[in-house]
Amino acid sequence: MGEHLLEVKKLKTHFQTERGKVTAVDGISLHVDRGEVLAIVGESGCGKSVTAQSILRLFEENGVTTYDGEINFEGKNLLEQPLSEMRKIRGNDISMIFQDPLSSLNPVFTIGDQIMEPIMLHQKLSKKEAYKRAIEMLKLIGIPAPEQRVHEYPHQISGGMRQRVMIAIALACQPKLLIADEPTTALDVTIQSQILELIDSLRQKLDMGIMLITHDLGVVAQHCTRVAVMYLGEVVEEGDVDSLFENPLHPYTQGLINSIPQLTGDRNQKLSIIKGMVPSLNDIPKGCRFAPRCPYASAKCIEEKPALETLENNKRIMCWHYKEIEGAVSNAT
Amino acid sequence: MQHEAVKWEAQPESESARKKLLDIKGIKKYFPVKNSIGVTKKFVKAVDDVTFYLYEGETYGLVGESGCGKSTLGRTILRLTEPTEGEVFFGGKDIFKLSDLEFRKERQDLQMVFQDPYSSLNPRKRIGDSIAEPMVIHKIGNSHERMERVFDILEKVGLHPEAYYRFPHEFSGGQRQRIGLARALVVNPKLVICDEPVSALDVSIQSQIINLLEDLQEEFGLTYLFVAHDLSVVRHISDRIGVMYLGKMVEEAETDELFANPLHPYTQALLSSIPHPNPKMKQEKINLKGEIPSPINPPSGCTFHTRCPLATDICKQAVPKRVEKTPGHFVACHLQQ
Repeated sequence: MGEHLLEVKKLKTHFQTERGKVTAVDGISLHVDRGEVLAIVGESGCGKSVTAQSILRLFEENGVTTYDGEINFEGKNLLEQPLSEMRKIRGNDISMIFQDPLSSLNPVFTIGDQIMEPIMLHQKLSKKEAYKRAIEMLKLIGIPAPEQRVHEYPHQISGGMRQRVMIAIALACQPKLLIADEPTTALDVTIQSQILELIDSLRQKLDMGIMLITHDLGVVAQHCTRVAVMYLGEVVEEGDVDSLFENPLHPYTQGLINSIPQLTGDRNQKLSIIKGMVPSLNDIPKGCRFAPRCPYASAKCIEEKPALETLENNKRIMCWHYKEIEGAVSNAT
Repeated sequence: MQHEAVKWEAQPESESARKKLLDIKGIKKYFPVKNSIGVTKKFVKAVDDVTFYLYEGETYGLVGESGCGKSTLGRTILRLTEPTEGEVFFGGKDIFKLSDLEFRKERQDLQMVFQDPYSSLNPRKRIGDSIAEPMVIHKIGNSHERMERVFDILEKVGLHPEAYYRFPHEFSGGQRQRIGLARALVVNPKLVICDEPVSALDVSIQSQIINLLEDLQEEFGLTYLFVAHDLSVVRHISDRIGVMYLGKMVEEAETDELFANPLHPYTQALLSSIPHPNPKMKQEKINLKGEIPSPINPPSGCTFHTRCPLATDICKQAVPKRVEKTPGHFVACHLQQ
């Protein structure tokens, strides 16, 4: 097995809260290779954004947040690097795009300044060269009249445009890994498809690895190569996009896939639902975390925690009964 | 526009005598834009001459991208913002012509559910009081009867009776949306306008609320105007769908007809850009150029011509008329005239 670009091993992220310590990410292992898109899906509160931000160590480590495990990026364990080293990696080797482009852009600097900042900081280019690069980046992401746009402020451009600028900033230093946290959730579908196609073409051009965090299974199916499904801080299933959608093994994955309305086929069928809701992190079920909502849960599920098993073709699954409930999905073709 | 509406008025029996609950004709809502010295020179044409109708007991889906005016349309029908022009007939009366007092009586039949379940509930009021409030306003029952009715409706929307004594912050998003529904339904309305009721919810919760909406519709014979941007949800729940772009209704048809045979280039692009939740379905995407123009200064002629892959000269000059291509399938596009 070759070296992965990013390999997360048994990562745990703890937060100290008023109501005690919570573990938002609880021992997850993942990897991303160059040129591939790993999707992380799950509902709100499942820890997908915390995972992303933990990789860049964006939470302040002043006793409130503590990490466990390993995050290996090109052979270096990021959790052991001093913060000065992390600063060199952030925005240079690993970049991140956030969901809300308006609050992630600085309103008092022009977009040009903001694209030039990482270039000058990391690549040590002069202001003139950085300016040239900024215009190139704006061209690359398909913003018309980049020479004028470069001097505009974030409030002067539309939401789709802002997200493009965010992408330009993230890609300015040609990162090896791009972490995109719900990059299109705030956008309209026609703009979403433009942005996703743009990310896709840049991935091919720059041979980046991408970690795409989303709750939209449509986006996953169309734009990703592998998927990790998270539930309450754990990865419960992982596999190739094709096999995961065709033959989801975990009852939670099945529930997710079945509960989205289909675009083809019978409309009059009732949507299947996952009963109940995600429990609070202060109140994690003892056995399998999904057991209280699972239609197949047995006494064993409630008592004992299943391990993450690795099956053939890199599929991983955390469920006691996946063999018996296989094929319970009615995914329309 | 008006002409079309008249034509429909003349042959109401052809549609198997389905009763129209709400008939909306030429509705306009312009918001004034003041310049730096406070003089109004421009208008945002949020809703611009929209005509459609709702049959009794159906779900009408209103889709479009942000800023297309779909929410404003819903709010204008309920006169939450006063209309600029147009007529809305409900039970034979033009509700835009009613006085405030007269309209308040009608409001009992016309209710609304909002997108954000967090900001639509008073944080300092117990849930039971919030749900009972519409009954107080409409002077229904005494306090004991109202309380009983609230417990009744709580059960109908799938909440525990003890929710009555709790405060909004104790509930999750999905539960708050149930509370919003309960509050709308407590006065036995005929029409419920749902403004993006499931957009803020996770998929598993979303499907619970959609199923609940369907069950309640069956039980109480409700009519929904379902405003949303998620086409797969709209397809699932709607009987008919209207597609809006920059304040105009560009296409309208029965759900299956619209998905099978979209006529307007915008509808075609919109349908093709939904990512399909099945990796085996490789999509032919129609990628639109650019973004929605500003409604302050909408393009001349057909407002879609700046992004339309099929636009010709006439599209820049003349506003396309709304024509009925096949029964019930309306489209406003020069290519379809």
